[in-house]
Formats: sequence, C-alpha cells, structure tokens
Amino acid sequence: MNNEQKDHAALADIFNKDEARVDWHDETLWWIRAKRDKSVHQIPEWEALRETASQIKNNVLSNLHTYLQQFETNAQANGITVHWASDAKEHNEIVHSLLKMHDVTRMVKSKSMLTEELHLNEYLADHGVDVIDSDLGERIVQLAKEPPSHIVLPCIHKKKEEIGALFHQYMGIAEGISDPQFLTETARQHLRETFLTRKAALTGVNFAVAETGEFVVCTNEGNADMGAHLADVHIASMGIEKIIPKREHLGVFLRLLTRSATGQPITTYSSHFSKPRNGEKMHIIIVDNGRTVQLGREEFRNSLKCIRCGACMNTCPVYRRSGGHSYHNAISGPIGAILAPNLDMEKYADLPFASTLCGSCSNVCPVKIDIHDQLYKWRQVIVQKGYAPTAKKLSMQAMAKTLASPTAYHLAGKAGRWVMKIAPFALNNKLNPWYKNRDMPKPPDESFGEWYKKNR
Amino acid sequence: MSSREKILASVKLNQPQTIDLPDISFLKGDSTNAIEKFITVLTTIGGKVVRIKNLDEIKSLLPQQFNLESRIVTTIPELSSIAELNTGEYIDPHTLEDIELTIIRAHFAVAENGAVWITEDLMGQRVLPFICQHLAVIVEAAALVPTMHEAYQKIGEGRYGFGSFIAGPSKTADIEQSLVLGAHGPRSMTIFLLDGNLSKYI
Repeated sequence: MNNEQKDHAALADIFNKDEARVDWHDETLWWIRAKRDKSVHQIPEWEALRETASQIKNNVLSNLHTYLQQFETNAQANGITVHWASDAKEHNEIVHSLLKMHDVTRMVKSKSMLTEELHLNEYLADHGVDVIDSDLGERIVQLAKEPPSHIVLPCIHKKKEEIGALFHQYMGIAEGISDPQFLTETARQHLRETFLTRKAALTGVNFAVAETGEFVVCTNEGNADMGAHLADVHIASMGIEKIIPKREHLGVFLRLLTRSATGQPITTYSSHFSKPRNGEKMHIIIVDNGRTVQLGREEFRNSLKCIRCGACMNTCPVYRRSGGHSYHNAISGPIGAILAPNLDMEKYADLPFASTLCGSCSNVCPVKIDIHDQLYKWRQVIVQKGYAPTAKKLSMQAMAKTLASPTAYHLAGKAGRWVMKIAPFALNNKLNPWYKNRDMPKPPDESFGEWYKKNR
Repeated sequence: MSSREKILASVKLNQPQTIDLPDISFLKGDSTNAIEKFITVLTTIGGKVVRIKNLDEIKSLLPQQFNLESRIVTTIPELSSIAELNTGEYIDPHTLEDIELTIIRAHFAVAENGAVWITEDLMGQRVLPFICQHLAVIVEAAALVPTMHEAYQKIGEGRYGFGSFIAGPSKTADIEQSLVLGAHGPRSMTIFLLDGNLSKYI
C-alpha cells in the first residue's frame, strides 16, 4: 500500500477533500461517544471502576512474568496447546504450520487486531491459505482490500452505498441496494456457508485469566463462536498484555469494555473458552512483537493497559476529522499513536503530532491510560532522536533562538506585524498551513510591550 | 534460547516493581427492583422477556410464535414433547445447522446488562445457542444478580469447558451504525423468567 509513504497530515488531506463525508464521519463517531456517556452515567461507581481496572492492570504489568507462566500451566492442564511468538514472522509461521499439520487451506477468522498488526492475512495468502474475516465490518473492508479504519468499527468510514456496491460485485446482489438490513442478511447467508465449511477458526482474545487458564472472546455478532464451535481447530492469538490475574477481575473489565466502546451494557456474547470440546484441538499463541520493549519504557508502559475499546478514537477531534486510515497503522487514533512509535519510531514519527493534546482520550479511557501525556512525551523522544521532519526541526530551532533573545523577539514581532499589514498575501495563501480553512487575524498596531511603555 | 524463554526473560527484565492488586470487594450492586431492571435492559438491547409460572406455559406459548414442524432442539427433558432432546450426547455440530429454535436453561441472569450465564453442560452442544435462528432461555427469577461482580462470585471457582454470557440476539451495527438483529447467530432471544423452581423439571 503506497499510503505508507505519506504521513498523517498528507493522508488526512486526502480524507478532507470530501467535506460532507468528514462531517458525517465526525458526527457518527461523536454520536457513539454520546452513547458511551449516557451508558456510563447510569453507573454511579464508574470512576471507582476505572480506577480499579487501572490498578489491576498496573499489577498485571508489574507481575507479568509470573502471570504468563501461571496462565500457560493452567491452559495446558486444560488441554490447550500454548505457543510463544517473539514477532510477526514467528506468529504467522506458527499459524501456517498448524494449518498445514491439519491439512487446512481455508480458515475463518473473527476480529483480531493483533493479526492485523502482524499482517497474518497477507502472509497466509502468500502461502496459499484463504482467510475469510467473519466480523461484518472486517469482511467489508477485506472485500474492499482495505485495512480496518477503527478497532471496534472496522468500516466506519464507508457509506452504505459503497458497501452495497461491494456486495453487488462479490456476493451477486442487484445493483444499487443500500439497505443495512438487506446487506447484513446477505452477509449472514454467505458467511454461514463459510462457518459450516471451514475446519480451522482463528479468534482474538479479549482477556486471558492466569488463575484458570481460560480466555474470553467478546463479540456482538456471534462470529467467534460460530467459527470456533464448528471448526476442528481453534487458534487464539493474544498479546502478552491480555493477561488478567483472576476470574473475578472479568467482572470489572466486562462492565467497562462495551460501555466505553459503544454504550452497550455488555457485548451480546462474552465467551469463556477453557477446554477444547471433544475431538477439537485448541491452540493459543502468546505474542510479544515489541510489547516487552514497551514494558521497559517507563513513561510509555501504561499503553499496555489498553483493552481495545476504541473510546479514545470516538472522542478524538483529530481522529474524527482525519479518519482511521490517515494513521497508516493497524491501530489508529490516539492509542495507536502511542503504541506505533514503539514498533518503528521513524515510520510512525508523525503520529504523536496528530493530536491537539486536548486530553479527551485520557478522560474516557476505561483503564486510565495517560494517552495525551504520552503523546506529548513521544514528541520529545522523537525530536531528540532526530526523527522529526526537517522543516519542523528547522522551524523549532529558529523559534528557540528567537524566543531566547529579547532583541530578536521584538524584531521578529515588528517584522511580522509589518508583513501582515503591508503584504497580507505573503501569509494568506495556501503555502501557509495556518491559512487552511481560516482567515489570518488582523495584525495589532503595536505589541503589548510597546503599549506598556507608553501607558504605564 | 526458545522464544518462550526469550519473551519471559525480557518481561522479567522490563517489568516494574510489584504493585499490589486492589481490593475489589467494595464493588457491589443493588438488588432492589432487579427484575424490573433486567426486563428493561434486555428489552432495550433487543431481547424479549416472558414471565412464566411453570414450563407448561412455554408449551402453550410456543405454537403462537414458532412453527412446531420446524426443528426445535432442547436440553430440558420436560420439553421433549415439543422438541428434539439433546442432553450432551455427541452429534456433529454441523448437523445442527437447520435449527429454528433452541430452548435451554441458564444458571442465572444479570440485571445490569440483561445477560444470562450458560455453561457447556447446559448447552448440550457448544454451538447450539449460536447456530439456531431463534434462542429461548429459561432462568429462575430468583436467580437474578444485580451486577457482574455478583455474577463472578456466583461462578466462583466453578469448572467448565466453555461458558458464555449471552445478552440478547446476535446483532451488528457495522453498516453506518444502523442496528440490525441477527448478524450470524439467533435473530431473536426470548428469556422465560420462571417464578419457581427449575430443578424439578430436569
């Protein structure tokens, strides 16, 4: 995808060309944020719940070494095979080898942002394995050959007419249909056939309980269950940070997750997988892929507390108006912008700058990640390590010099006011990003310093 | 060094000093009006609640909503006169594809979110509550807990191969946030809330 050469601002520019769509995108996501608020306000102990969840996750991160082994031992005792993968390559090879072992060339997959991060689908396609994503939104973006633009709402950027056109092309429905009910029914019929014919199913993991060795998968559609309970082989992929200590902690997280995500009181299905059913093989792949490095970054390790609800995206004024694809990373939005630089600081150097630092993300986060503080801290790390774009570096240096010298500062102020008065076109043109969608202010006649000298 | 050892070594090296687990015993729900809350919440998320006094009522209610000629499967012996009985005997799950209605029971229900807790032993087959076109679940009105905290207290250290909280019909809003019931699983969910004791029927 050539999107990867463009930065957030350039990709947001593309999204912003269609102003009506931006408005629609913005309003839709804000509506979901409002639903979250309504739902949250019905829980008087909401803030205590967030604080508790945050503390449980702090404990998890500080004791992960023990919990991971405890989980492994208990899962194995339950009859689940546990695999460990350091990176994407190893994870994808394990999945492929399991499929080969069971002689499977077609697999059904439910929502797993981890496998998006690891580019599993592309890997398997290159190795002759056909993967069908079964979450409706993921199926839609898969047909459109796009990545998900949101971790909970994968095709939130798509209009129903576009989805109708895709279904016309790939599922043979008549042209011009855009009724969501009809389109969903069409996908239901198609995917039912998929569920019934696939011998292997891959799911993500929402929570893995160290105490019991079970893992929990949450969906509204029931697609994870349809896939797993009909397949001979169930593979579940999880990042190391999905561990929680005890079963009773699920009570805390399941109360927070969906209320934060969509405003629902709980997902339709919160399925607890503990043992394979008779004759079935169950595998768990525990993945690092940079997470242990992030764990060692004191200022950023909190990002590993994330439970993937997407609330920070729905509330983010930048995300809502730039769209998920502008983040050119599997996980978009504010949380994606603090996770991605850990994986590749150069490639994702632009993301921590795609924020107003308004703090709304941190306010809605159910596990109290200090997202906007981390965005600010990443900017400093990125500039210090020399990954900031040259134009930004030069202007920051010029700014630093000017602000450090009173003479230069007064001179620059005077020059600026003079230019704005005499030659406004020097600033009021499209080369100046501050001029986009707004007028430049009228320059004052004098600076405060000059006024004060006259009037004190 | 294997990846397992490498990852665990790296975790050990990078994890911060131990931070204690918080006490969660203060998180409790309020059980007043639990039945009303449960009905309101489940109805809001697309489910139906029917209050019954005995299972005979189900037998007389069903023909009004379902074609009894279509395939109906239950795990409850008392209902075997109107449905095919499966109490866990192995059958290929794929053969359950044409089920119109599944009738099973749940251990308990949760007032705050409309969910019912069902483990494998009550499902007959794991896929049974998911693959049917419609799902009906019987739960005792007395077995209602206010929140998920009481729910997990009730589950305690119970062992199960598989268990699920199910709250309402399968649904999606992936297309322009329009809510559609019946994504991949049941198109409807009916809860029969039983005033009385369920154990005498099983």
